[in-house]
Amino acid sequence: MTAVNRISRCFDELAARREKGLIAYICAGDPDLDTTVRLVEAIAAAGADLVELGIPFSDPVADGPSIQRAAARALAGGVKVAQIIAAAARIRRRTDVPLIFMTYYNPVLQYGLEEFVRDAASAGVDGLIVPDLPLEEAGALLAPAGGAGLALIPLVAPTTTPERLQAISAAARGFVYCVSVTGVTGARQEIHTDLAKFTGRVRAYTGLPLAVGFGISGPAAAARVAPCCDAVVVGSAIVDRVAAAADSDPVPAAAGLAGEIKSALVNL
Amino acid sequence: MLPDTRGYFGKFGGRFVPETLMPALTELADAYKDARADPQFHEELNYYLAQYVGRPSPLYFAARLSAHCGGARIYLKREDLNHTGAHKINNTIGQILLARRMDKKRVIAETGAGQHGVATATAAALFGLECAVYMGEEDTARQALNVYRMRILGAEVVPVKAGSRTLKDAMNEAMRDWVTNVETTYYLVGSVAGPHPYPQMVRDFQRVIGLETRRQVLEQTGRLPDAIVACVGGGSNAMGIFHPFLEDAPVRLVGVEAAGAGLETGKHAATLNRGRPGVLHGSLSYVLQDGDGQINLAHSVSAGLDYPGVGPEHSFLKDSGRVAYTAVTDREALAAFHLLCRTEGIIPALESAHALAEAVRMAPQMPADAVLVVNLSGRGDKDVETVAALEDQEGGEQ
Repeated sequence: MTAVNRISRCFDELAARREKGLIAYICAGDPDLDTTVRLVEAIAAAGADLVELGIPFSDPVADGPSIQRAAARALAGGVKVAQIIAAAARIRRRTDVPLIFMTYYNPVLQYGLEEFVRDAASAGVDGLIVPDLPLEEAGALLAPAGGAGLALIPLVAPTTTPERLQAISAAARGFVYCVSVTGVTGARQEIHTDLAKFTGRVRAYTGLPLAVGFGISGPAAAARVAPCCDAVVVGSAIVDRVAAAADSDPVPAAAGLAGEIKSALVNL
Repeated sequence: MLPDTRGYFGKFGGRFVPETLMPALTELADAYKDARADPQFHEELNYYLAQYVGRPSPLYFAARLSAHCGGARIYLKREDLNHTGAHKINNTIGQILLARRMDKKRVIAETGAGQHGVATATAAALFGLECAVYMGEEDTARQALNVYRMRILGAEVVPVKAGSRTLKDAMNEAMRDWVTNVETTYYLVGSVAGPHPYPQMVRDFQRVIGLETRRQVLEQTGRLPDAIVACVGGGSNAMGIFHPFLEDAPVRLVGVEAAGAGLETGKHAATLNRGRPGVLHGSLSYVLQDGDGQINLAHSVSAGLDYPGVGPEHSFLKDSGRVAYTAVTDREALAAFHLLCRTEGIIPALESAHALAEAVRMAPQMPADAVLVVNLSGRGDKDVETVAALEDQEGGEQ
């Protein structure tokens, strides 16, 4: 099955079940890659419909403290991009969950754009999110990603203008990631953006599924956001759960949270 | 004239920022284009540069320093005499006028040595705007005097504890603030780095250094200089003095990076000498990084040069060969610092001392009628404690 198909099949199945999806984020290599492999498998089994695997970067300007610290821990452990791609291949042998790499542009650029999308796709990765690569700069990556069957998933923000929404939607593959707040990643008490209005605006430009992420702190927040989108992304809250259980086994702790969020989404 | 409409100087530059900021950058580029075409904006800017900053800054013939070195006649462009003690104020006045035109009530900035932070806090006080300055925790310690100055001026100084706790991390945190408060806040970038239009805009506001130098050197010597030397961290003082001379092929332009403990030790901030093209802080430029694209820590005695990136136009000028980029160690800079103090009674910033050290190397190789201009980008009062501590340390080692 081609990669884009794995993502779209997942959303088709969710739609058929009239169910909202959970996209869970973890940072690869935090605390180590063996645990990362087990985490993805367990989180998917617990109910995550898609998994974002963060490739850590030293200067993550779009991330708040939780993911910054996770990236710093992973890099301090010496994790390398090539090892993360290899870990993705191990994950793919264990589960069919759609896998999306999330990282910044420089690690992809230094690996080589064509080499990165080729190796990621052949490892069984389905999509790629690069938060510091706006549409204007994405040209060099869009073509090879398309050729390799890797969906380059764009972000849109509450500040995105109608002209930009149109252009971004035209190039989008997989789904459109709607950033819930003007801000960085990290769990928040409240989200002040009028999300229904925002996602309504995005829907006018694309037939792709919409995911909402940034700031979703747990099951209750996910349930509040879910009615206006097709899937919610939860990152920092899961990353924090992994960090808190690092001394014992983070796998059941993180899978437990993913399960709680998914059941909140199923029982809307 | 570069950059192109996408903010590229050849293959360098661009806008690598989260989508949330893209509309703000477009708005900023439009507002700047408007301001640039508006004579009233220039009139106001020139008024503050003359009456508030104290421009033009002198071009001073350093006779005793020249005699000491032998060879070329060394002239110092005295940016240290500007209000707040460095070239940084040229840019902050320009951008704060733009922030006011855009009706922003709050400005934020990153700072390394604290000179840009002080200049931003000063400009914000002048126009009654709220101001927050991000500064690496390590820099708040080694530049404590500037932290107090900023607080006295009414700015909030936010120590950044992430990463290397220096300028790079301060810039990350300022960008995170901007992403969060983009509707109300103006990000006043202090160097010719960052996403388009900052490299162009900061260069344009700093060009006044080179334009004055050109006029002054012609008045004083009747000809263009043989060489111009400036230190390069992010590269704003260098770009400011170089830019009006780029078309004058006979004028040698030399940018001086911080070699820290030595280029071979790996503990340096010589981005153009030792880096590779990559993306950091919103633009594609030379970057100090490992094979995986993770950004390396920079090392320099000078907080203002302690940065693993560099403005994209410098990367373009390096590859085109128009500007030569050399590097000077902590130790060489410190020697030049003392030399200027003793020969001319001028205490230079440690940043500017890197340019001086290169000039001291170059001057004896040049004929006696040659003219060598050094951009003395800032004064060294802020560095006196650092220098004293280093000397205690060296004394202890001996």
